[in-house]
Amino acid sequence: MLELKNISFQAEDGGKEIEILRNINLKIEDRFVAVTGPNGSGKSTLAKIVAGILTPTEGQILLDGVDITDRSITERAQMGISFAFQQPVRFKGITVKDMLSIAAGRETTVPEVCDMLSEVGLCARDYVNREINASLSGGEMKRIEIAMIMARKTKVSIFDEPEAGIDLWSFQNLIRVFEKMHAETQGTILIISHQERILNIADQIVLLADGRIEKVGGREEVMPDLLGTGQPCRTLTDKLIQ
Amino acid sequence: MDAIQRELLEQVAGLHEVPEGAYNIRANGEMAGRNTTANIDIITKEDRSGIDIRIKPGTKSESVHIPVVLSQSGLQESVYNDFFVGEDCDVTIIAGCGIHNGGSAASAHSGIHRFFVEKNAKVRYVEKHYGSGDGSGERIMNPTTEIHLAEGAFLEMETVQIKGIDSTARTTTAEVAEGAGLVIKEKIMTHGKQYAETDFTVHMNGTDSSVNLISRSVAKERSRQVFRSRIVGNASCHGHSECDAIIMDEASVSAIPELTANHIDANLIHEAAIGKIAGEQLIKLMTLGLTEKEAEEQIVKGFLK
Repeated sequence: MLELKNISFQAEDGGKEIEILRNINLKIEDRFVAVTGPNGSGKSTLAKIVAGILTPTEGQILLDGVDITDRSITERAQMGISFAFQQPVRFKGITVKDMLSIAAGRETTVPEVCDMLSEVGLCARDYVNREINASLSGGEMKRIEIAMIMARKTKVSIFDEPEAGIDLWSFQNLIRVFEKMHAETQGTILIISHQERILNIADQIVLLADGRIEKVGGREEVMPDLLGTGQPCRTLTDKLIQ
Repeated sequence: MDAIQRELLEQVAGLHEVPEGAYNIRANGEMAGRNTTANIDIITKEDRSGIDIRIKPGTKSESVHIPVVLSQSGLQESVYNDFFVGEDCDVTIIAGCGIHNGGSAASAHSGIHRFFVEKNAKVRYVEKHYGSGDGSGERIMNPTTEIHLAEGAFLEMETVQIKGIDSTARTTTAEVAEGAGLVIKEKIMTHGKQYAETDFTVHMNGTDSSVNLISRSVAKERSRQVFRSRIVGNASCHGHSECDAIIMDEASVSAIPELTANHIDANLIHEAAIGKIAGEQLIKLMTLGLTEKEAEEQIVKGFLK
């Protein structure tokens, strides 16, 4: 179980302190947990704090009861936290197979790599020895990023907007990947997403707004709030009235 | 040959035993083995130190190994090797030099290689430089390569220096005739107080000639590197050079490109990028469980692969 206690995060912008997250208290233990909310609400910051990429200004993070607030990125990764970047990183000279081997923590075989790539909808043969460099498209990078997390089989897997840029691959497949991951790890999959179809499979939805938790609960509880409740854009409604 | 020389031979030429095909092995300034074939002849020069390698026209899928190993501290030598590659050949030439210096005097090898590649011949040329030994004497290597490509000829040169060379000045000049192509891939890693200088000058003289120079390097600790490339387009041609360097610690890297177009249809491009390892690359690998140091090693290994 992952627990966030009173997490706050401040950043400096033009000499001014800005509060990105304030007093986040959250227990995450369900199968699929979705974090959603408008742009700038602090979703990605929250994910980076859990992975250890950002250090919270205040508060504590506990993994299975162990305080990991001061643990490094590497230690947290070794303790069982995985993080799929919103914008995957490119490397000159490192191949897809190299990367999946690093993720799996051992040398993977070509058939294993092929299986992992097929799971994310890539024709394996064409990719095994491709470099993770600028020659791969954004969508291809996204799928390889997901395959890396699959290879790790950790108890907490965080995905930052996994659906972005993979429009040709169906949501159904992405959801199947999450289900398979859960079946293999029995862990928690934390997904940052704006997509209704992803929110629809969540056991727990966390709605962030302006750096705070606006609402948290089962999808039956939170979904109605999300759909059709936003304030309409004045410029557009004024036009309609005219 | 002793164990040290055999180790050097393995490092620079990947050889465990005598290679197949033609070869000439030079150890501590003397010939340690030679083999010629029906198509490839190796002749000792009479006027100075070195050999002539003559490859008959039409020779296909054959290789020549000419490794050099130095294990005697303080030995300094200049060797002149000329390659005459006949028309329509398709061959691989593997050179390379390993220096083991366990003493206090500087050891140096200067290999001057000239290639005369005739019409439509294809050559893959591989050279690898390596140094070992914990003596205080410097290990110095100054390879000079001179390439003459006739019409339709093609040469691809791979040059690698990953470890142990204290000082190197690498000079490569080439002239490329009509329809001929030259590709040079260079990989260098320096550490400690090492110094590496690369100097390419290529003249494209014929219509549809081309050159592609690709340099990837890593400079660690207090080492210094200078990459200089001059491409001159004297005809309708394509020239491209690329210097991509990772800089670490207190190292220094300079990239100095020079492009000269003397013809309206000369297409010349230079790209250079020097920078430290991107923070997000380190972070990504750390989220996969590597330490910062392991992540750095993976990135460097991949970059120089």
